[in-house]
Amino acid sequence: MADITQRQAKTKLAWRAHLKPRSLGRAITTAFLFLGAWVMIFPFIWMISSSLKPTDEVYDSTFSIIPKTFKGFENYYGVLFDQPYLIFLMNSMIVCVGILVIQLLTAVPAAYALAKLKFRGSNILFGTVIAAITIPINVTSIPIYIGLVKVGLLDTYIAMMFPFFLSVFAIFLFRQFFRGFPDSIIQAARVDGFTEIEIIVRLILPSAVPAIAAFSVFSFVAHWNDLYWPLIVVQSQDKMTATLSMMQYQSNFDTDYGRTFASATVVTAPMVIAFLFARRLFIRGITMTGVKG
Amino acid sequence: MDNAISPLQRRQARLAHWLVLPATILMLLIYIVPISLVLLASFTDYTLVSDYYEFIGFDNYTRMFGDEVVGNSLKNTVFYAALFLPGAFIISLILAITIQEQKQFRSILEVLYFLPVTSTLAAMTLVWGALMDSSQGVINNMIEIFGFAGINWFGSEDVVLYSLAIISLWSVIGFNMVLFLAGLTSIPQSLYEAASMDGADHPLDKFFKITWPMLGPTAMFVAVTSSITAFKLFDTVAILTQGGPDRASEVFLYLTFLEGFEYFNMGYSAALSLVFLGIIFLFALAQALLTDKNVHY
Repeated sequence: MADITQRQAKTKLAWRAHLKPRSLGRAITTAFLFLGAWVMIFPFIWMISSSLKPTDEVYDSTFSIIPKTFKGFENYYGVLFDQPYLIFLMNSMIVCVGILVIQLLTAVPAAYALAKLKFRGSNILFGTVIAAITIPINVTSIPIYIGLVKVGLLDTYIAMMFPFFLSVFAIFLFRQFFRGFPDSIIQAARVDGFTEIEIIVRLILPSAVPAIAAFSVFSFVAHWNDLYWPLIVVQSQDKMTATLSMMQYQSNFDTDYGRTFASATVVTAPMVIAFLFARRLFIRGITMTGVKG
Repeated sequence: MDNAISPLQRRQARLAHWLVLPATILMLLIYIVPISLVLLASFTDYTLVSDYYEFIGFDNYTRMFGDEVVGNSLKNTVFYAALFLPGAFIISLILAITIQEQKQFRSILEVLYFLPVTSTLAAMTLVWGALMDSSQGVINNMIEIFGFAGINWFGSEDVVLYSLAIISLWSVIGFNMVLFLAGLTSIPQSLYEAASMDGADHPLDKFFKITWPMLGPTAMFVAVTSSITAFKLFDTVAILTQGGPDRASEVFLYLTFLEGFEYFNMGYSAALSLVFLGIIFLFALAQALLTDKNVHY
């Protein structure tokens, strides 16, 4: 008993020491930072809370986080099974995975050649890569759209993925990364009879895992959240991506507000949950280019 | 190195051409051909609805200067950027500095502030639309509790750009904060110790004598990339306002989109996209010129 009180006194003392002269200011700063953090996450809390409510409660004049009537099950069931949200999510997944796979398959070999091999035209190619980094999809969208119309590919997965098959940013990033790989090891591998392909697959790739992982996150998040391109090439419901589906609500598409915010939750949940599981990787990957979105 | 080309080098060069072939083909299809076509189209009156078109020289470009709608969209974009940029810069910097000093809460705070960045802006825009609803939204309810009149966030021409700037700030602050944190972490602690020995002990002294000068390259980087982000405003406009009310939130990229894909004035839209690219390119150039000397990637 005495032991416990003593320990309590000790921890109390430790706390005091923490709080003493300077720390008061620091405590206030911390409080403000958490207040700010509350503002940042409030939209998520409001969204999840509303997704569990019946329509009339969503816009109640007194907001409460806990719903008075729990409609969560109906709302999410409605979104996932009455509305085609499973298809939308699958479409987003197909498009993001497809884009990423082709980006890696085209960027890694090109980046290796640019970093480690001598060949004619390498300077021109690299210069073009640098120039193309500044060109966003918004600029090339018209001819690419017309081209897709002409070949009859509008409203297909190919059309949704095509402009992103080549990531010039990935080539640039991987080239910088591969250049740091010691030439002596590559030379030694060549002497040992490794072919260049074997060198890429067995030596370079394993060493580039951090860069590839960060880029993958960047690519996946960017294309999951992309609204602009799907808005242009998707016409039918069965190709609609999760993000594009949010456009439907700009008019009175669904007057069931609980269900509306259940769908918003379903659309943003995959990226947020993935972020919470791989925080470092996400922060590194998403901030890699410096330009958001 | 000798100039004779060894068989190994020749083999390597041949292989290299195969390795860059897929990327080169895609480069042509995704960048070079489309950019050339945009340039060509910008000299025509091409519309998607008819296959007949004429070359009209610089007409699209001269038309732009007299076009009130374009002028309006540029004015809106600049006004929005002027609201967005100081906040995107200053708030993020203050957050980064104060969060860096937090010992035990640093990582949780980082995660909380970064959460909006990973979320799907299109979905969160719906949420913001509801929070800022003029009659029943949580924000106006709060304002009214304090005895003020509710704000017509999206219905008023004078307010709508502020509302969009607030949403953009929310979505980008965590992003810039992480960039600033990276810059702050790379400042050697010994500099602060030295300054403290010289008597610069006050936080503001430390900031102006060490943090700010050392953070210069990062600050430049954040300023330029945030400007590009501001200029690319699209999602929130497309979902919440569609440029309204009365074109008060019609920003440049959204107008370019409308001209091309709603009105099908492809030629005019092409000219607008090239102006868009020109401005982005200027930002990128500024970044390259101003940061190259100081930043080592």
